Amino acid sequence: MKLVIGIVRPDKANDVLEALYRAEVRGVSLSRVQGHGGELDRVETYRGTTVKMGLAEKARFEIAVSEEFIQPTIDALCEGGRTGEVGDGKIFVVPLERVIRIRTGETDDSAVTPST
Amino acid sequence: MTGFVTLADSLTLGAASTVNTGDTAWMLAATAMVLLMTPALGLFYAGLVRSKNTLNTFMMCVAALAVATVMWALVGYSIAFDEGNGLIGGLGHAFLNDVTFEPRDGTTIPHLLFFAFQATFCILTVALVSGAVVERMRFGPFLIFAALWSVLVYAVMAHWAFGGGWLQEKGTLDFAGGIPVEMGSGFSALAAALVVGARKDYGRQALLPHNAVYVLVGAGLLWFGWFGFNGGSGFSAGNSGVLAFTNTLLTPACTLAVWFLLDLVRGRQVTAIGAATAIIVGCVAITPAGGFISPGWAMVLGALAALPSYAVIVLRPRTGVDETLDVLAAHGVAGFFGILFIGFFAQLSWNGVSDGLVYGNASQLGWQALAAVAAPAYAFGMTFVLLRVIGAFTQLRGSEHEEAVGMDIIHHGEEAYASGEGAILITPEAGIEEELAVAEPR
Repeated sequence: MKLVIGIVRPDKANDVLEALYRAEVRGVSLSRVQGHGGELDRVETYRGTTVKMGLAEKARFEIAVSEEFIQPTIDALCEGGRTGEVGDGKIFVVPLERVIRIRTGETDDSAVTPST
Repeated sequence: MTGFVTLADSLTLGAASTVNTGDTAWMLAATAMVLLMTPALGLFYAGLVRSKNTLNTFMMCVAALAVATVMWALVGYSIAFDEGNGLIGGLGHAFLNDVTFEPRDGTTIPHLLFFAFQATFCILTVALVSGAVVERMRFGPFLIFAALWSVLVYAVMAHWAFGGGWLQEKGTLDFAGGIPVEMGSGFSALAAALVVGARKDYGRQALLPHNAVYVLVGAGLLWFGWFGFNGGSGFSAGNSGVLAFTNTLLTPACTLAVWFLLDLVRGRQVTAIGAATAIIVGCVAITPAGGFISPGWAMVLGALAALPSYAVIVLRPRTGVDETLDVLAAHGVAGFFGILFIGFFAQLSWNGVSDGLVYGNASQLGWQALAAVAAPAYAFGMTFVLLRVIGAFTQLRGSEHEEAVGMDIIHHGEEAYASGEGAILITPEAGIEEELAVAEPR
């Protein structure tokens, strides 16, 4: 089991969701984050105050998957999130020690597989 | 706005050629009320778009405050209200020539105030059209469009309806702008949406209003301003103004109530954004008819006007036409309905001008129908050509990437909801200005 964390452009979040759906990945958490990944800064001006916006809005997907779903999840994140420009984001895959479904007490693989 | 009505009013007052301070006082207030409608519309529109386009949407209305006012003073007012031929006014009042403290012909208010009151109508109408192209049209081309449209479409149609043009000569009744304002903006909006094209995500993603409270507050402020818009269009504190003022209360209330029912039948819930829309539809419907129909018929008008606009709002998103904020449904269709309604239910005993079909004057309906055909055709055709011409010189819309980032950052370098987190001050003293690596936002 792995936790796949994908950080993508907020305007690509919908495309990623579509791609994940097509890959039959069902359990997803999505949050809004701000970050900096080496892209060039943008400058904004509010009256006399000019600022360099160091942080960009991003959408952060967190998806816990069993082994067979790791690659499809990564592929879906890449496919949905890519524009080819700097700032498309990153994917982190981290090991997952335990997963528990609160409702049933199921653990690990059966907990990351959608119940029917 | 209607020279005939005001003339009748003034004659009864016996003061056709002098300024009346009571009328002037009301018209000063009414002018300020109508001006408030443009930022109110900005708020209404801003709430209806996605958060990344909030400022740009609002700014299109603010742009009208600048561009339309200047154009109106330079040439628009003259085209609309100077004597000319039936189609277009002359240039006798260009650059505010001969617009003074003397009363405007047929009114008891200073010509200068008449100009200012009419200016606020032009501004609002330009702002209305922006609703068709928000979230994708570039700001620069919009400024050019706004400037030219205010003269080529609004001023010309205002001449037809109010400035002694051919529709007014024929006897078409339009109290406060069903022809230039409502049908003018609504059918121009349809043309603009067709020329500029749909947003890239239209029909693919749910594009939802980001703040329904803005929409409700905007609608409320618009309704407030509309009392000046309609109530001021008699140019006096006399009968026609009072009638239009009261009808501006009655009609939208009935539209609102019927809209609730339609919402209940369709979705079993009364929606807030639907309610805000209903207020606009009701105000639009009574705009042409305000000073011509009885309060009773005004209530009927409000109830009936909900139906066609509601239908267009439900059906339009199923088409490929991304007329984004439904200017056609709310203004074009409701204005069309109001103009025709006069033809049936105008009542001489209330308006002192003319009866409609129901009271035995079938010809009035003919003049109203003429306007209901000519005005949409001109607005649609002229706007279509104008945008095509502007589009031949410059791109009307940005890239898909720019649309994805949002108009606020791309065109204004600001965000509506900036957090300031991670923002670094740029000061010349710190010396970091020169070495900044700045790119187009990615």
